[in-house]
Amino acid sequence: MAAAGGGVGDGELRLLGKSSSPWVFRVRVALGLRGLSYEYIEEDLANKSDLLLRSNPVHKKVPVLIHGGRPVCESLVILQYVDEIWWGTTGPALLPSDPYDRATARFWAAFVDDKFFPAFSALFRSRTDEQRAEALQNALLVVETLERAFRECSKGKAFFGGDAVGLVDITLGSHPIWMRAVDEMAGTNLLDGDKFPGLAAWAERFMAVDAVNRVVPDAGKLLEQYKASRAMPPPAADSS
Amino acid sequence: MAGEKKQGLQLLGFWVSPFGQRCRIALDEKGLSYEYLEQDLANKSELLLRANPVHKKIPVLLHDGRPVCESLIIVQYLDEAFPAMPALLPAGDPYARAQARFWADYVDKKLYDCGTRLWKLKGDGHAQARTEMVEILRTLEGALGEGRFFGGEAFGFVDVALVPFTSWFLAYEWFGDLSVEKECPRLAAWAKRCAERPSVAKNLYPPEKVYESICGMKKRLGIE
Repeated sequence: MAAAGGGVGDGELRLLGKSSSPWVFRVRVALGLRGLSYEYIEEDLANKSDLLLRSNPVHKKVPVLIHGGRPVCESLVILQYVDEIWWGTTGPALLPSDPYDRATARFWAAFVDDKFFPAFSALFRSRTDEQRAEALQNALLVVETLERAFRECSKGKAFFGGDAVGLVDITLGSHPIWMRAVDEMAGTNLLDGDKFPGLAAWAERFMAVDAVNRVVPDAGKLLEQYKASRAMPPPAADSS
Repeated sequence: MAGEKKQGLQLLGFWVSPFGQRCRIALDEKGLSYEYLEQDLANKSELLLRANPVHKKIPVLLHDGRPVCESLIIVQYLDEAFPAMPALLPAGDPYARAQARFWADYVDKKLYDCGTRLWKLKGDGHAQARTEMVEILRTLEGALGEGRFFGGEAFGFVDVALVPFTSWFLAYEWFGDLSVEKECPRLAAWAKRCAERPSVAKNLYPPEKVYESICGMKKRLGIE
């Protein structure tokens, strides 16, 4: 349970999630970094639970963190909430204390969601060689920007957050395992160590962090799921 | 404000952009003086391209020359860099702050895009956009609840995030053949309440001007 002495940090924690969701993975890492115990509830998104629909009536998506019965939705909102509630207890602060550095971290976290993910998603979903080639080109441009961002944010240290994992690390770090599945199947090498030495090394370090390692989905299983999804006809819009 | 101390704030914006207006409203709410630099988006300045090389968009806040980009990030930055002034995000209440961030994010994810589809599309696309717009406005009204503002009694983060779009309501009504007053009376009342605040009155353009500018955009894009 949370190390914080009585009050704000109290209250039972439950996380509604899906094992294949990078956004859920983010929250699990953040909770793990704080040494927080919680009840994890795997949702069937084809058959959403009453609890999920009640807790996130607006988007009906996971992750949802329910703290003392009160739901918090949207992964980046949840990460900042966890950071603020359990500030000063076990584990690193996800956001630095300086307002300008905080703005920089928020900027890159937003970039991951608004630019990196759509580009990567296009690659992830591509079915023809042509689609894949175009998507790869776009994705690589975005990864190039992130390589520069890493140099700027890390200032020579191990993570975007400096010595310890921060908001941007967790936000971007939710994607490498999926990037590896795509690389396996498509023969690509997104985090190419020659082109993107900073990011390639960072990804290894991030995946080795204890709190990450403990909740990372099985790579083999993920690859099988990915292969199966490419073999099926194009699905309706993804709901997570 | 007392002793206009130059804190070195500049804002790169575009007159009709609701995202730029969020920042202007936040600056005024916090009593901060700044230099406004209107940008020509068809012919982007060196300053803009240097300050926002990643997105090349406005708004950009420059604080003693250091750029902050993305409107909601700028608003949070102002709140955190100038904590002595009125707080836009509720201080000391992480759950209320999470709710505020959620709803500001909702405005970002839903409103502008749906509004754009409303004036760009015809037929089924337009009908779909109209249905969504009503749903979005009703959802926002639900979030407002019985409070004077989204945060309760005090004008705050979500109000700042949404209020610039109130100048776009008229355009949504004309393009969508809907009535905000009829669909969401409490939201309409909130909009009127906000319009009485100096920061809002000063920084928003009349709805007719916004409508005109959209018509201009449509013409340039060759849309009937």
